[in-house]
Amino acid sequence: MSVAKPLPHDAARLHVTGSARYVDDIPTPAGCLHLAFGLAEIASGTIARIDLDQTRSAPGVVGVWCAKDLPTDCDCSPSAHDEPLLSDDSIHYLGQPVFLVAATSHLAARKAVALASITYEERKPILSIDEALEAGSHFEEGPRIWQKGDAEQAIQSAPHRLDGEIEIGGQEHFYLEGQAALAVPQEGGDMLVHSSTQHPTEIQHKVAHALDIPMHAVRVETRRMGGGFGGKESQGNALAIACAVVALQTGKPAKMRYDRDDDFMVTGKRHDFRIHYSAGFDAKGRLQGLAFTQYARCGWAQDLSLPVADRAMLHATNAYFVPNVRIESHRLKTNTQSATAFRGFGGPQGMLGMERVMDHVAHHLDLDPTAVRQANYFGSDQNAVPAAVQTTPYGQPVEEFALGEMTKALIESSDFKARQDAVRAWNETQPVLKKGLALTPVMFGISFTLTHLNQAGALVHVYQDGSIHLNHGGTEMGQGLFQKVAQVAASRFGVGLETIKITATDTAKVPNTSATAASSGSDLNGMAVLAACDTIRNRMADHLAQLWQVPSDKIAFGDTSVTDGNRTISFAEAAKLCYEGRISLSSTGFYRTPKLEWDRLRGQGRPFFYFAYGVSASEVVVDTLSGEYRILRADILHDCGASLNPALDIGQIEGGFVQGAGWLTTEELVWDDKGRLRTHAPSTYKIPACSDRPDVFNVALWDGANQEDTIYRSKAVGEPPFMHGISVLMALSDAVASCGRGYPDLNAPATPERVLAAVRRVQNEL
Amino acid sequence: MDTTFLLNGESVTLTGVEPTVTLLDWLRDVRGLTGTKEGCNEGDCGACTVMVTDARGARALNACILFLPQLHGKAVRTVEGMSSPDGTLHPVQEAMIEHHGSQCGFCTPGFVVSMATAHVNRDQNHDDALAGNLCRCTGYAPIVRAAQAAFEHDVPAWIKDDVATLKTPALSLSGPVHVPQSADELADLYARRPEATLIAGATDVGLWVTKQLRQLDEVIFLNQCQDMAQIEQTPDGLRIGAGVTMDRVLKAVQGKYTSYAEMIRRYGSAQVRAAATIGGNIANGSPIGDNPPPLIALGATLHLRYRETRREMPLEAFFIEYGKQDRHPGEFVEAVTIPDQPDRMQVYKLSKRFDQDISAVCGAFNIAVEDGAVSQARIAFGGMAGVPKRAEAVEAALLGHPWTDDALVRAWDAWEQDFAPLSDMRASAEYRIFAARNMLSRYLLNDLGAQTSVLEVQA
Ligand SMILES: Cc1cc2nc3c(=O)[nH]c(=O)nc-3n(C[C@H](O)[C@H](O)[C@H](O)COP(=O)(O)OP(=O)(O)OC[C@H]3O[C@@H](n4cnc5c(N)ncnc54)[C@H](O)[C@@H]3O)c2cc1C
Ligand code: FES
Ligand code: FES
Repeated sequence: MSVAKPLPHDAARLHVTGSARYVDDIPTPAGCLHLAFGLAEIASGTIARIDLDQTRSAPGVVGVWCAKDLPTDCDCSPSAHDEPLLSDDSIHYLGQPVFLVAATSHLAARKAVALASITYEERKPILSIDEALEAGSHFEEGPRIWQKGDAEQAIQSAPHRLDGEIEIGGQEHFYLEGQAALAVPQEGGDMLVHSSTQHPTEIQHKVAHALDIPMHAVRVETRRMGGGFGGKESQGNALAIACAVVALQTGKPAKMRYDRDDDFMVTGKRHDFRIHYSAGFDAKGRLQGLAFTQYARCGWAQDLSLPVADRAMLHATNAYFVPNVRIESHRLKTNTQSATAFRGFGGPQGMLGMERVMDHVAHHLDLDPTAVRQANYFGSDQNAVPAAVQTTPYGQPVEEFALGEMTKALIESSDFKARQDAVRAWNETQPVLKKGLALTPVMFGISFTLTHLNQAGALVHVYQDGSIHLNHGGTEMGQGLFQKVAQVAASRFGVGLETIKITATDTAKVPNTSATAASSGSDLNGMAVLAACDTIRNRMADHLAQLWQVPSDKIAFGDTSVTDGNRTISFAEAAKLCYEGRISLSSTGFYRTPKLEWDRLRGQGRPFFYFAYGVSASEVVVDTLSGEYRILRADILHDCGASLNPALDIGQIEGGFVQGAGWLTTEELVWDDKGRLRTHAPSTYKIPACSDRPDVFNVALWDGANQEDTIYRSKAVGEPPFMHGISVLMALSDAVASCGRGYPDLNAPATPERVLAAVRRVQNEL
Repeated sequence: MDTTFLLNGESVTLTGVEPTVTLLDWLRDVRGLTGTKEGCNEGDCGACTVMVTDARGARALNACILFLPQLHGKAVRTVEGMSSPDGTLHPVQEAMIEHHGSQCGFCTPGFVVSMATAHVNRDQNHDDALAGNLCRCTGYAPIVRAAQAAFEHDVPAWIKDDVATLKTPALSLSGPVHVPQSADELADLYARRPEATLIAGATDVGLWVTKQLRQLDEVIFLNQCQDMAQIEQTPDGLRIGAGVTMDRVLKAVQGKYTSYAEMIRRYGSAQVRAAATIGGNIANGSPIGDNPPPLIALGATLHLRYRETRREMPLEAFFIEYGKQDRHPGEFVEAVTIPDQPDRMQVYKLSKRFDQDISAVCGAFNIAVEDGAVSQARIAFGGMAGVPKRAEAVEAALLGHPWTDDALVRAWDAWEQDFAPLSDMRASAEYRIFAARNMLSRYLLNDLGAQTSVLEVQA
């Protein structure tokens, strides 16, 4: 059976030879136009005068559009209908698209944009969390509050208490392939759109809306993305709509890809957060009451900010049982890029707030942070109540909690205790360099919190030669979804992977799909494909059983053949027999996740089908003269259930860890006081480079099947490993703490500058 | 102008090319070779990496900031040319598949080319070879495993063939594009056309074109002036021609000024060092260029030339103020000379990320100690002022005094006399000055034998 095998990515050979095609690589039909946006130069205000004459007459320019030239408002929002494609004269952030140029080349379009002259009436922008709070600028009517027990009372009556705050910076996705779309007009006003998107159905929906045509007139195809990470869940809408509008109005194909700097300036990023906490705890650090106030900077439009902020609340206590909790969440509206989905979808920010509490409590009591974490785990002995009946703050029972065992296993395998001693001893001898070591857990809820999104469809054909065409609603962005799902299909039919043709996601094949997001890709699409395959397989079995005069359950598929125990024919022969027997060899498949029930306003119910777990330990060394540091070693133990493909899963874990570490270390987004993003290219925005990965990097999979009935009992893996990066920040905190008596209070991203400031703080509190 | 080069083993001659068309745009838009990707269009991500071979050997370069005329007489291999004509994969391609080195695959062509270049050069410092290739998906671990595995395999014949097939055809020039063949030709030409833009490695000029969308009307490419690309030991010291690329500067200073070499290891990336010239890094007058601080600390002399007139000056004198250098129209940088001396210099390059990041502060300390007292001090900084600048007050505070903790205290106030740095997205003014002060402590602690570099620590 091909599931559980560590097979390479299905497109690996295409990748390494440069023949894997991305949107910008698709050969374009003759006369293709290339588009570029002209962007607002201020963060807030209105357009006083706009002069595009020079732009219009620039070499190669074919057309220029402002909002008034569009067929509709061409709204780009995935949620609140608050994102017109082009500014309606009001400016909400620096980088907002104001006009659109179509030219004969990408370069000609960019050069023409630069010739525009716009004057503005400026307003003072609302940029920071404080400014937004002061101005009362937020989404939804007021803060969302979820409670369990009486947090305030519990904090007051606890033997120990502390307050603190952490600032958590945002993060640019930096998918290596920038946003891109290509629209090719079809007969009768129909539109074909190639889009680098995680959500083809959303592109179809928004393009249909913009052109004021039914969804059936728009077909969206996505073969692959050069990385998505959430940044292509809604942020591709503008490009696809722009291309479709131009294609419709000119009758020519239209392509748009953002120059990297434009991509930074226009598109949303991870939400930055401030989290304030009050904790009441006993002498062992066990929490009795906990109150969080989370402030999320959402940017100018709503986009996906409400569910993102919800998920930050859902993960606000991470893997810990807290009897009394209060979580208050503010969704602030600011004149900056509209923050959007990014791997973890608010979960990482919420979880980091909790890990900060653990670290702070341990420091306060002078206890080992790992011991404090373990003492607070669900189901830890001290809590007396068995884990199974312990619930999260939102009332979901934690029926299986693997972290107790996993943590012990990682402590063992990483030689954690001995290394902790070694680090302490080493630090004693070092005047300049200090090491730090920390262990943090991840408990991540799997399912879309908007319950109706937890559905998926598939379309499978078996051809008369026995070859199989596979299609489903999931998109491929590097995570290996297509290969995992193909492994499922191959296993159902008992054939090799060479028999399966993986095909581009296509809204004409599978309709009404959800975004490939929330780590749900293989859970949902794997099950839908399984259903489709089994439908066909059962039809084949019934037919062969009839031919061979045996009961259907005697027919078995495997080793690329079909047998009833006596007779064995190849799968291809079986397909041919079925075809000749007039059996339908094509089927759709459908899946919806069971057991979900969620009331987001009250913050009560079962939003998640199950939890994915993981634990990591990171060791760092810090330079106390400059604040520079390195990650020396990371050990990760992660739970993928019964892995569909251990190689791909390990790839997600390694990549997720490094991306998570980047978020909390070198990846700093800096806006100036005018609201201009100053870090808008890889020259100024620093994602981890090759040498930033840990020298020693041990990743292992936890051996255990999913208790819930998921696809081959596997678990989702896309987002959870990202949060292993938190152990790096906590290790930095540990290293800094060794410089003196104060608490490091390290904010994120912990750039060398912030680390040095923390070192000085800690040293000064001698 | 006509440009002739080998593309994946095949000879290509382009007539009348625009001088500032990048190799990347030409490959993708004109040749339809879309394996080479655009990730940033500014030399920072490596998705556009190609292998360029000439008499000096094979180097990885970023095609997005490489102009077609720079390729004249060279062999270019893109990812499409890494496998053999019959489709046999290059060992690094095989290893990338086997070790799961690609996820989304968009960075992969660039990695494959960088890896193949390191492979042909038998370079096993994978972190250095790959520092200019960003990957957002894999976390790099599987890619490095692939590079290590591929190292065991021989260089394929079709890669070796490039060198054998290389012929440098005659140049045919016309219009506002000049490719002088010697410093003399350049001197004559530039004096007559002082408005023309000199292009050396184009790691700055490339960005003027791709990001600022500047139109360059008349250009002079320097890369054929072989006599300006020489490194010589002269009686005055080590003379490095303006056209010497940073990868060669690294080799030249490796045995002599260890810390300078270590800094250059972190300068840009393999792709950038193979293109960027030391002359360009000086001539651009940037306050954050990484060569001027160590060169000033070493007491280097700058050689300028206008026609047959040559001028010399201490390098620090060249930088007058932000955006203004002591260089007349038609005058160019010909070379720089580092006087021979014992290796007492430490260079500290401070940035958010170790590899391929522009310095927030770059400090170079060259302090000689005799009988426990400072006998000579040359300290220079980038990132602390509008120009690369000597820390004269700090030097004065140290000179003649005991080389102990007291020195740090004595110099404390001098720092603010020397520098009033700015805050920007790389660092705040406060951090810059504090970190600069601490660099002096580091130098002292280093001298006393303390371990001070996180890069030398292991788990
Ligand atoms: C990705 C990336 C990373 C980088 N990292 C670093 C880094 O870590 N540290 C650092 O210091 N810099 C860095 N740079 C900047 C750049 O590499 C240097 O400034 C480089 O040395 C410029 O040399 P060049 O040959 O490419 O110059 P070019 O771009 O060709 O020219 C630069 C300027 O100098 C002029 N010029 C060139 N040669 C001469 C000459 N002989 N006489 C007179 N004028 C001349 C040109 O007309 C132009 O004005 C980086 C650049 C990139 C793109
Ligand atoms: S495209 Fe990023 S380095 Fe060339
Ligand atoms: S594989 Fe996606 S960026 Fe490297």
